[in-house]
Amino acid sequence: MFEDAKEPRTLYDKHIDSHTIRELDEHGHVLLYIDRQVANEYTSPQAFSGLREAGRKVRRPSATLGVVDHVNPTSPSRTAAVADAGGARQVSYFGQNCAEFGIELFDILDGRQGIEHVVAPEQGFILPGMVIAAGDSHTTTYGALGAFGFGIGTSEIEHLLATQTLVYKKLKAMRVVVDGALAPAVTSKDVIMALIGRIGASGASGYAIEFCGSAIDAMSVEARMTICNMAVEAGARGAFMAPDDKVYAYLADKPRAPKGEMWTRALAQWRELYSDPGAHFDRVVTLDAAELGPMVTWGTSPDQVVSIDGSVPDPQKEPDLLKRGDMQRALRYMALEPGTRLDTIPITHAFIGSCTNSRIEDLRSAARVLRGRAVAGHVRAMIVPGSTLVKRQAEEEGLAQQFIDAGFEWRQSGCSMCLAMNDDVLAPGDRCASSTNRNFEGRQGAGARTHLMSPAMVAAAAIAGRLADVREEDRADLED
Amino acid sequence: MEPFTNVRGVAAPMLSANIDTDVIMPKQFLKGIDRSGLDSGVFHDLRFLPDGRKNPDFVLNRAPWCDAKFLVVGPNFGCGSSREHAVWGLRQLGIRALIGSSFAGIFFDNCKRNGVLLIELTQEQVGDVGKAVSEESTALIEIDLPAQKISLADGATLGFAIDDLRKDALVSGLDAIGGTLKLSDEIEQFERRHFAAHPWLS
Ligand code: SF4
Repeated sequence: MFEDAKEPRTLYDKHIDSHTIRELDEHGHVLLYIDRQVANEYTSPQAFSGLREAGRKVRRPSATLGVVDHVNPTSPSRTAAVADAGGARQVSYFGQNCAEFGIELFDILDGRQGIEHVVAPEQGFILPGMVIAAGDSHTTTYGALGAFGFGIGTSEIEHLLATQTLVYKKLKAMRVVVDGALAPAVTSKDVIMALIGRIGASGASGYAIEFCGSAIDAMSVEARMTICNMAVEAGARGAFMAPDDKVYAYLADKPRAPKGEMWTRALAQWRELYSDPGAHFDRVVTLDAAELGPMVTWGTSPDQVVSIDGSVPDPQKEPDLLKRGDMQRALRYMALEPGTRLDTIPITHAFIGSCTNSRIEDLRSAARVLRGRAVAGHVRAMIVPGSTLVKRQAEEEGLAQQFIDAGFEWRQSGCSMCLAMNDDVLAPGDRCASSTNRNFEGRQGAGARTHLMSPAMVAAAAIAGRLADVREEDRADLED
Repeated sequence: MEPFTNVRGVAAPMLSANIDTDVIMPKQFLKGIDRSGLDSGVFHDLRFLPDGRKNPDFVLNRAPWCDAKFLVVGPNFGCGSSREHAVWGLRQLGIRALIGSSFAGIFFDNCKRNGVLLIELTQEQVGDVGKAVSEESTALIEIDLPAQKISLADGATLGFAIDDLRKDALVSGLDAIGGTLKLSDEIEQFERRHFAAHPWLS
């Protein structure tokens, strides 16, 4: 996997080289071996049907983990019932497919159920050096562990299940260097939102991003997951970081990580996973961590973002006519006027959840802001932990009680209001402070308006009843 | 997969940037376990008014674009969710090709696997084509994939680039899985080497 090479190689090159079965042409197409995949109930049905119709088998059933996460309800007491008939059919068909093809499944009632991108790392299913593909765009999350993950569509899932490979075209390599120290209350979510704002929603289209720099080194593994997760919102088809001791410490006690002598052997190889000095990157972007404030989106694309102390921009000042039109359209949908200060915009809902920000550290950071305070009377506030294990841990740590005391609904895990495929849906005109990853039109419900931000910022907004600067909260509170 | 060779049809302009797959196929149409019925979901919230009537202002509801076989789109079309339902729906609506300056990665692959041709031109060229097809009288164009050529209504032609692998797949409509399965022996050999070197992966 990590054989010596003459040319200095990027981390991305190393992953692709070590998983290339053969080259298919001179234009960078290769047959790529995929180590593992995660499957969910909503993008997989037609892939399984396709296999069945063609009389094909799943090549390596043990390489796939099935997780129900998108359509299940998150109501406070867990049942297997899915009220919506379509969702119920997807869950039962998924169960049938996993059973028939020999794939392990975390079903709704499983104690390990949760959002696939939260569950797979916490099980130790994802390891450094792996190449992972799955039927969900946020498969990029796994890059925080030094694995290379990317999203695929349903036809590709079928191809992957049947062959354990994909016909893959090599990407260009981008390096994003984030140096400096983040200010208190500024998080990895703010780093990735600032990057998306800087390079645009398609700024990393055609690229795999490698993140590095002192600010990344200083982050926890969970914080890094937020960055890799949301890199797809800049168009990246894969985003990762070289694994380090933090990653190994994170993995050491995970159920499916190698143990004993196998761990020692694995570790020796993982330590070779970095970009060689002098390796070529097609594009390099640098961010100064110290300059960043808490970020909030104002529009309907993740790159329509400013710092919370900023204002809604004026389309008239945008010289590019196409962009101006997009801004005008976004402002119409969001019902916002140019020049409005972000921290004056009232909200109706606050949502903490999604594969971007629903891990235990996210919940801790929100709880810190909420401590001893209450959600504004007109705001409906919800917390949906990323997995059943995260939920249990938060309950053991006493965070759940703090949320409940502050007026948040404490719910079961799932994708929930991140894409509103279950019954957690906003009504037209609702305005939500959300720790999720997409502020697209209608994402959280037709006609609903989403402002993306970090979990701590959602907590601050829930208390204030409007978008708010978390830095206005007690600094001592934030730093402990 | 229906082969794509030489196709003549109306092209509809949809030039906003970052049209995402949530907009192309809203979540309420993702609840199926098969591919059927997605034609009614495509651009649902743009095509239909809240009361269910067709939105007369939306381009795909107006003649001649209601019969469009092609879309001329803005940058980063198809970004966001991996949902292939977006492409199945476009295909069911009769869309055979999209012309744009850039497409999101997963959407790009999904199109390839469903016989939908994506043509990448410069932003300026896309603007020119978009302008031409915005006129009722010049909305009809022809796309010749083997010759890699777009012919506009006024006779002007534009060449486009496409790599051979994708072109062959589209022209012949071949089954990618069947093709890869022919390499089963190589996959097996690779697997043996891979797991010998990294036994914790097996
Ligand atoms: S939490 Fe949201 S973004 Fe993440 S997998 Fe679920 S729906 Fe997709």
